[in-house]
Amino acid sequence: MIYLAGVATLQFDSDRCTGCGMCAEVCPHGVFIMANGKANVTDKDKCMECGACENNCAFGAITVTSGVGCASAIINGMITGGEPSCGCGSDSGACC
Amino acid sequence: MVNSEKANSGGCCPAETASNNAGCQCAQTSPPGAAALKTVLDIKKVSATLSRNDKWGAVKCRLSSFRNNYTVNPGLYAVGEPSEDSDVFVSANYKLSFDKLRSALAGINTWVLVLDTKGINVWCAAGKGTFSTEELIKKISDTNLPLCVRHRRLIVPQLGAVGISAYKVVKATGFKVLFGPVYAADIAAYIKNGYKATAQMRAIHFPMADRLVLTPMEIIPMLKWYPVYAAAVLIFFGAHSTGIVFRDAFYGGAPFLLLGLVAVLAGAFITPAFLPVIPFRAFSLKGWIAGLLAMVLVMKLISAMPVSLMVFTWLFFPAVSSFAALQFTGSTTFTGMSGVKKELRYAVFGYVIAGAASLISLILYKSGVL
Repeated sequence: MIYLAGVATLQFDSDRCTGCGMCAEVCPHGVFIMANGKANVTDKDKCMECGACENNCAFGAITVTSGVGCASAIINGMITGGEPSCGCGSDSGACC
Repeated sequence: MVNSEKANSGGCCPAETASNNAGCQCAQTSPPGAAALKTVLDIKKVSATLSRNDKWGAVKCRLSSFRNNYTVNPGLYAVGEPSEDSDVFVSANYKLSFDKLRSALAGINTWVLVLDTKGINVWCAAGKGTFSTEELIKKISDTNLPLCVRHRRLIVPQLGAVGISAYKVVKATGFKVLFGPVYAADIAAYIKNGYKATAQMRAIHFPMADRLVLTPMEIIPMLKWYPVYAAAVLIFFGAHSTGIVFRDAFYGGAPFLLLGLVAVLAGAFITPAFLPVIPFRAFSLKGWIAGLLAMVLVMKLISAMPVSLMVFTWLFFPAVSSFAALQFTGSTTFTGMSGVKKELRYAVFGYVIAGAASLISLILYKSGVL
């Protein structure tokens, strides 16, 4: 299943890529494949913006705006004017 | 805390370090080795077999806010009889996650390092910043892990990569992070495959069973509003200038009590269940279509109603289904924040229009115009 097209904020800078392969290893949707000693973005629309690739790229080749993806969290954020938050942060326990 | 000397000695809690380590509770000088490990460190032994209580707890987590306080104590656990060479698996302190992991470790002697994620599962906690690089570094040191194992590697669930930077962990602690498979059930195959996850093990899926198990927590919170809705419906149809007529309240309201229930189920149950086959990618549109189809079926059972109520029904209930379906974006394995934000811009506008028009049609009905 693929969500909306053309919205993912994933940016990949091939010049910084050293071909270590970590991004391909951590991505749960197979967005990266390794070819010719570098990572390549296959289909950006598969990206769910979880941020695992950016977090594990030691060379700063990847940026992606990640955040809480649930509608109620974003509505909360719209109402309070702050960051999306589902009211289930560190203190109150679970959700999502 | 890295200390290669201690690590190489293979021992745990030698006399000179015991006093330095709060977590180390040994006074004995038994020869270092696997048997000594569990008695000298603050290590809890845990079974790989789930009890009936564990299984019942897993069910309750899917149904209610019981899950909000379903935790295990963070720290180091032993599954089976681990030695200084056994693998260390990292997990969250949500008991459902911990139970999934330990039951997948049956027959394997391992260590499990449980991070303090405030009772939230690995993936969500990683997104929220509690299953994090900092927390892992802290727990490695707090539990004296470097004294318990000779090797310097950890197996972190792949989805934990959202919160854990492997390169930062190795820099700070000397422990190399291996990202294991997405699903705990693949751990045995992962080990057999030489600690390499196949492309299949790296990919997350979202089959119907996985979607359905999440639906009670979509339906139940919405149905908490149902009594309020039902009261409003009964008052609306029962209230006359002469007072409340109970007969009208029931006969006028009954179809709408049914429609309300069906609308919620169309959005919060039918839409997740048939997610891949319902047209459009936007969840608000999927839910709206499911709601519309449900209305077509239910309206066959309902006798004719005035034009104003007809307009209300077709505007209001599919919008409710759409809203309910939109909530499911928070439960999937493939929706991202940018998409939900984009979708919401249109959806909220649609809900406001549908809501206002519904209200006007109700006013027209009550005033007897249509």
